[in-house]
Amino acid sequence: MPDLTWTIGKRMAFFKTLIDHEVTVELKNDIQIRGTLKSVDQYLNIKLDDIQVVDELKYPHLSSVKNVFIRGSVVRYVHLPAAAVDVPLLEDATRREAANQAGKGK
Amino acid sequence: MEHLSIHDPPPQPGGPHPGAMMNAPPPPPQAQQLPPQMFTTAAQLLDLTDKKLLLVLRDGRKLIGILRSWDQFANLVLQSTVERVFATVPDPRDPHRRGLFADKLHGIFLVRGENVLLLGEIDLDKDDDPPVGFEKAEFGLVEKLANEQKAAEKTKETKRIKKLAALGFEGENMGEILL
Repeated sequence: MPDLTWTIGKRMAFFKTLIDHEVTVELKNDIQIRGTLKSVDQYLNIKLDDIQVVDELKYPHLSSVKNVFIRGSVVRYVHLPAAAVDVPLLEDATRREAANQAGKGK
Repeated sequence: MEHLSIHDPPPQPGGPHPGAMMNAPPPPPQAQQLPPQMFTTAAQLLDLTDKKLLLVLRDGRKLIGILRSWDQFANLVLQSTVERVFATVPDPRDPHRRGLFADKLHGIFLVRGENVLLLGEIDLDKDDDPPVGFEKAEFGLVEKLANEQKAAEKTKETKRIKKLAALGFEGENMGEILL
């Protein structure tokens, strides 16, 4: 059975295409932070600029913060702008990766 | 630490390089023309060094301090660290509940990377204003209120997780991460 898990390199390359787009990062403690994606690294640590907390009254401590570094291990979801995702390209890359993984398994 | 600056140009593919004689495989193609050293943990943290930061830990604690040193795991050294606690005053009559916060000076902190949730750069222009709807109070009082609220939250969360587990759901962190 093909392993559909992407390698970190592929996921990072994908996130790199979203740089300078507005994304919403949802953390494992439910806090959602919207901001401009500035950087991603090998652990999928994320840097966001001009941030805005979705439920600001509940999370007052980020009111004077302008940009954040989020540790990759605590991210639950990254909400992407649909318009910024090249779906055919992504499907293609995923299939190729799956085929690669299947080839390796034999 | 790497001796690369984020302003250095990316390595030229196809150009002469020392490994060429040894029949080395060509470097993997870059997805974008941005220099790859921009996308390392080091480059991300380099910008934040010597700045006043807010650090949120996995257990929900908030620390404010100046970032002096770090490594690739996001282990951090903070100077002049202050712990800030937040709490709301329980008042059933008031829908917009009054918030309180307080600071406690700790000094130098070395934080292990796995406990880091996020790091935020504090806008020094906004730093002097308290968060909207919050006012400064005595540390002991705010800490007591915050602990009560945390305990209540934890009881609720434990119940929720128990119910979910009975239905066959298992959370990724099972209430380990608080805020």
